[in-house]
Amino acid sequence: MPEPVIELDRVRKDFPSRPPVRALADVSLRVDPGDYVAVIGPSGSGKSTLLNVLGLLDRPTSGSYRLDGTETTELADGARTRLRGRRIGFVFQSFHLLAHRTVVENVMLAEIYGDHARKGRRERALAALERVGLGHRVGFLPDRLSGGERQRAAIARALMGEPSLLLCDEPTGNLDSRNTEAVLDLFDELREHGLTILVITHEQEVSGRAARRVRITDGVLVEEA
Amino acid sequence: MDVRDLVGEAFAGMLARPVRSALTTLGTVLGITTLVITLGVAATAGNQIVGRFDELVATAITVEVPESKHTPLVAWDAIDRLTRLRGVVSAAAVAENKDSVNLSVRSNDLVDPTRVTAQTLTVLAATPGLPEAARGRMTRGRFFDTGHIERADRVAVLGEQAAKMLGVTRLDRAPAIFIGRNAYTVIGIMGDLRRERDLSAAVIVPPSVGRQFGLRDVTRVLVNTSLGAADLVAGQAPTALSPGNGDALQVIAPPSPTRARDQAQDDVDALFLILGLVSLVVGAVGIANVTLVTVMERVAEIGLRRSLGAARRHIAAQFLLESTLTGLAGGVIGASVGVVGIVAISAAKEWTPLLDVWLAVAAPVAGAVVGLLAGLYPALRAARMEPVDALR
Ligand SMILES: Nc1ncnc2c1ncn2[C@@H]1O[C@H](COP(=O)(O)OP(=O)(O)OP(=O)(O)O)[C@@H](O)[C@H]1O
Ligand SMILES: [Mg+2]
Repeated sequence: MPEPVIELDRVRKDFPSRPPVRALADVSLRVDPGDYVAVIGPSGSGKSTLLNVLGLLDRPTSGSYRLDGTETTELADGARTRLRGRRIGFVFQSFHLLAHRTVVENVMLAEIYGDHARKGRRERALAALERVGLGHRVGFLPDRLSGGERQRAAIARALMGEPSLLLCDEPTGNLDSRNTEAVLDLFDELREHGLTILVITHEQEVSGRAARRVRITDGVLVEEA
Repeated sequence: MDVRDLVGEAFAGMLARPVRSALTTLGTVLGITTLVITLGVAATAGNQIVGRFDELVATAITVEVPESKHTPLVAWDAIDRLTRLRGVVSAAAVAENKDSVNLSVRSNDLVDPTRVTAQTLTVLAATPGLPEAARGRMTRGRFFDTGHIERADRVAVLGEQAAKMLGVTRLDRAPAIFIGRNAYTVIGIMGDLRRERDLSAAVIVPPSVGRQFGLRDVTRVLVNTSLGAADLVAGQAPTALSPGNGDALQVIAPPSPTRARDQAQDDVDALFLILGLVSLVVGAVGIANVTLVTVMERVAEIGLRRSLGAARRHIAAQFLLESTLTGLAGGVIGASVGVVGIVAISAAKEWTPLLDVWLAVAAPVAGAVVGLLAGLYPALRAARMEPVDALR
């Protein structure tokens, strides 16, 4: 049995606000390599909180989180940052492309932190763009791209450095149905090549394409059939 | 992270908003320009003062001889001993006292009886070397020589000004002047004095004649040295002039050249220096302000970079480098404008511009330091940001 990519064990996240909020209540989740998981749930249920914990952007209050077999909750900030850069690709609802840099420069950005060789970086970026079908737009500035193209550029950036996990928070939230379709086709293709994908979404259309669905309600995670 | 990548990101960040970055440097440009011009012009002017006065001030020595009741401290013939010293170019002894400065002097009545020709003038006794010692020349006639002195001839040399006042313009008719009741033949007019300019309004007589006006003892010795010999001569002159009593003489030597330069540099207009420093502070505040705004605008970018594996120090380094580069740009522009300013001012004043390499190097560095200091707080703010908050 292969090592799981994600292994959450009774992860809890409390926000010490007034009144205190329990955003994640003893969440346990196992995601194996090549899984395609959709996380669904109403607004304020804790989806983004879960993604932040999974992406090592936030620490759980208690519980254990193993990423590719590494226990992350005990790691120091620097080690978590390195692990994040190496293992995780993020795709955001609002793309987060730098407006003044061309598409290929935006993609190359993924490799400047960490110990990647400078040599061949542009070629790798071009290959990633080719993979998401943007080979003809590499010199464009982001504001010249359609929404779907922007999200594909962001996905190409997330694919740089070959992460073991792609974390997507409402990746189609800003896209029309045609562009959504293109991004979902891309996810299918990436999954076929063995990438592990976890997508947070509101949309039936998106969660319907995933092999697995988990639902969060008030911080409690339940596997859906 | 590769340093080249860091520099690349910082440049890209700066060039993303070129107009803003350019405006941000303005304060630094202004401050550095002011400082460079102030320091550069001061150095240039200082060099000019020293340069112009070098041959004159730096080689002129005056020895004041105090009055003495008994034997004179400096004998008239001591000048010969002084002249033989190495480095002495010319020297003359002068006698002047309280009474001799206010003598009534008339020119020959017969020349022009209608004219009021009586003038109150200074009468001095001097040795023959006076025209050279005063750095002047004989514009008419000649100076008296040792023969005149030995014979106690009743001759006089007029300073240019004195000649004009007395209406003596030509010497071919051997004009006479009257000092008190006695007549003296004017044999020369001395002018173009570059030292002891007040001699221009004086009547100079041989020491042997001066006795009649109470000008018995030497009161002052003028010495000119070759360049660089002033210190040496100043040390030796008292002994040469007055063996055994040298300590009683007061030697007025030129300041050594380095001191002259320092002096000029001290005269730097402090106001401009303060102005430049204030501009720099304003420039720093400007950079800090804009960098802080930039950080706030780029919160999402900071979040993105953190998600891509950037550590806090990477974020801090990038913003710090951006502000440092902004300051450096201001420093480079300011230094360039400042150098052009120094050259322009020098050209207008017909000075030789003195461009200090040190200044040209230090100015951009100062700009960079201003940028670095200004970026500290914004960079800290950027680095402190939690990725979760930055990406929200
Ligand atoms: N920093 C915080 N301090 C206090 N409470 C927080 C904080 N962050 C999130 N919460 C709370 O935790 C709960 C879960 O928030 P989360 O952002 O995970 O919801 P979500 O499922 O992503 O919602 P949406 O679908 O609207 O994005 C919410 O009730 C929210 O108010
Ligand atoms: Mg959310």
